[in-house]
Amino acid sequence: MSILVDKNTTFLVQGITGREAVNLTRECLDYGSKVVGGVTPGRAGRDIYGVPVYDCVRDVVAKHGPVHGSIISVPPGFVRDAAFEAIENGIRLIVIVTENIPRQEVAQMVELAALRGTRIIGPNCLGLITPGECKMGGIGGPAANTRQAYSRGPIGIMSRSGGMTTEIASTLTAAGLGQSTAVSIGGDAIIGTTYAELMPLFEADPETKAIAIYSEPGGRMEAELAEWVVAHRSRLPIVAFMAGRFMDEMQGMRFGHAGTIVEGKEDTTAAKIERMEKAGISVAERIEQIPELIRKRLAEAR
Amino acid sequence: MPGMFIDVQVDATVAKDPAMAKKLAEVCPVNIYAQNEDGTLAIVEKNLDECTLCDLCINASPPGTVRIVKLYE
Amino acid sequence: MRFYEYESKALFRRHGMPLGKSGLAKSADEAKRVAAEIGGPVVLKSQVLSGGRMKAGAVKFADAPDEAARHYETIVPILVNGQKCRAVLVEEKTPVAQEYFAAITWDGRRKCPVLVFSDMGGIDIEEVAEKHPEHVSKTHFSSLFPITPRIAKEAIAATGVTGDALNRLTPIVFELMRVFLAYDLTLAEINPLARLADGRFVVLDGHIDMEAEARGKHKKLLADLGIGPEETRQAREATPFEIKGAEVNAADHRGVAGNVVEFDGNLGLVIGAGGGSLTLFDAVRKHGGKPANYCEIGGNPSVSKAKELTKLILSKPGVEKIAVMMNVVSNTRVDIVARGVIKGCIEAGKKPSDVIAIFRIPGAWEGEGFKILAKYGVDYCDRSVSMYEAAGRAVAKMK
Repeated sequence: MSILVDKNTTFLVQGITGREAVNLTRECLDYGSKVVGGVTPGRAGRDIYGVPVYDCVRDVVAKHGPVHGSIISVPPGFVRDAAFEAIENGIRLIVIVTENIPRQEVAQMVELAALRGTRIIGPNCLGLITPGECKMGGIGGPAANTRQAYSRGPIGIMSRSGGMTTEIASTLTAAGLGQSTAVSIGGDAIIGTTYAELMPLFEADPETKAIAIYSEPGGRMEAELAEWVVAHRSRLPIVAFMAGRFMDEMQGMRFGHAGTIVEGKEDTTAAKIERMEKAGISVAERIEQIPELIRKRLAEAR
Repeated sequence: MPGMFIDVQVDATVAKDPAMAKKLAEVCPVNIYAQNEDGTLAIVEKNLDECTLCDLCINASPPGTVRIVKLYE
Repeated sequence: MRFYEYESKALFRRHGMPLGKSGLAKSADEAKRVAAEIGGPVVLKSQVLSGGRMKAGAVKFADAPDEAARHYETIVPILVNGQKCRAVLVEEKTPVAQEYFAAITWDGRRKCPVLVFSDMGGIDIEEVAEKHPEHVSKTHFSSLFPITPRIAKEAIAATGVTGDALNRLTPIVFELMRVFLAYDLTLAEINPLARLADGRFVVLDGHIDMEAEARGKHKKLLADLGIGPEETRQAREATPFEIKGAEVNAADHRGVAGNVVEFDGNLGLVIGAGGGSLTLFDAVRKHGGKPANYCEIGGNPSVSKAKELTKLILSKPGVEKIAVMMNVVSNTRVDIVARGVIKGCIEAGKKPSDVIAIFRIPGAWEGEGFKILAKYGVDYCDRSVSMYEAAGRAVAKMK
């Protein structure tokens, strides 16, 4: 078991002929993912590494039957409409790779997605992976490098940072702890799916035994997670790594992702750490402490 | 200025063929290839180090006629 | 990106919101002239990107033009929370019967805009919310479907406001909602929104923040308001080094490399990506290192972009070495960054093996990358060395 994607998941790539999309398409295919089609308006009839290109999402669905997901890798000004197109054509899982999208447009996509029952991951993310089954997005990089970092096992990963998703996975893999599913959720102030919104899925997945998250200053996402964990008496031990501690001294400066700015006391790493620890979430100071903390928490849970 | 990391060697048969030159200019994602006024192939030296080793130029031409040389090997 | 009060008001004026007579003064003479034109008592307000002006003494009242000129001189040198005064807004002083608060911002948890309204304006809204919750309403609304004035009406009425005040307030607050959505704002606030003795309403102070990502969509408005692309409107003004970094980033659309924040240490950092940079900056400080800068590379920048960033950092006075570090990369390529950084060192007249304290970027295309680094004798490591340890090695070389 896993969450969101498995070996049967099919998806398309919107913007498939772009520099980065070409790259991630090749990587996903090499990893064994089922990329059934791509969309770039005006480029119908071409193919990218054997994946047929169409003008519209509608054409992909008509030709290949129901498709589970879509990766959107188009310039910022085109993302909203691409997401609307995917949603209105019955796509129920969307990964948005593009960054620098104003939050109003994200909110609009999220609102329509909620009405239609579609889940959005991102924007500004690297996608998600169920090791050995499906890589949906640039997560992990080329297939060989992805296999080096990700292995199958009991740990779920959620991360606001795409790069740190793989860093954490690689550290867990080196310590002999595999992953059920790893999700790069995106670093923007408003995103399709938050930690707390992924928790019910991990909670319901029998393979997942513990969770590792990457966390940073700004926003209320950690607070929301802490509330969820307490309110639902989660069975899953959680270990968080907290980055950006230096930012507590520099309020109002934006570092890192768009969502990373300390605007009030609640946004600081100190406040977040306190809140998470109160909810029973262990906080690591260094990445390399995550495996031992997880082992400790798993042993206690037994 | 030639590349510090990458060099491209193209056989004369390909370089002098305007159709091949056009094809190479189209496939390269980092604009290493261009066409001279007479249609023959021009190598854009300042872009050589941007080569992503995607092999699209090699795949687009007859076997062995285009070679990517890694100067760091 | 925060607007000054006078810019916020210029935007409100375009949308027909009620404002008192006012003028911007950049000298004592101008302050005097504006005060004379207005006639009668005026208020002088420092134009500064910070709250707390009143407490800092940067807001003063004058009954006559000469007094306005004197106050101008007093106000200009005052720093408010470290922020410099750009100009002084001279405004007619209006007799206020009651003050209201209206603001729209994003609720990241609900993922939609929220209108916050209170009939107890002029003071800290957090405090009102705590002590008098019945006087604060929070109303979420759609950013997808058309909005109508009834949302504003319900929000206002929820605090107990009725009668003429409700009917006069509704269009003002509704317009504020429309302004919020029209310009991709992250905050549109009026505080106080004043009711005068004769029942009219006037916007006394406004605060607008525009999303940095949306600046490109609203170039015309920003040009009309006189906000140049070089104004980052961060907590402090951008330094020349930071402006040059932004130029490096803007010169090439491929990936991100160049946006830097300046510090005064001796170890230059070529680090990434978003989360990796935060992690590595913490690690360098934890080891006692002195970073010369913060930066983020990511999204697979071109060789030339990585090169220009490296040259920029090496050109900064006091930088002795650079540390090139990232988390395990997925889309950014190890070989591309290695090429760019090495080329940057050489073009800056430095030997890569001398000036690169450590290169720790594992991941995509690391096989090719490590070959390049080995050829140039650069001290590099793979993922078996943690980000924390790599930062420690770099710091150790500075001693």
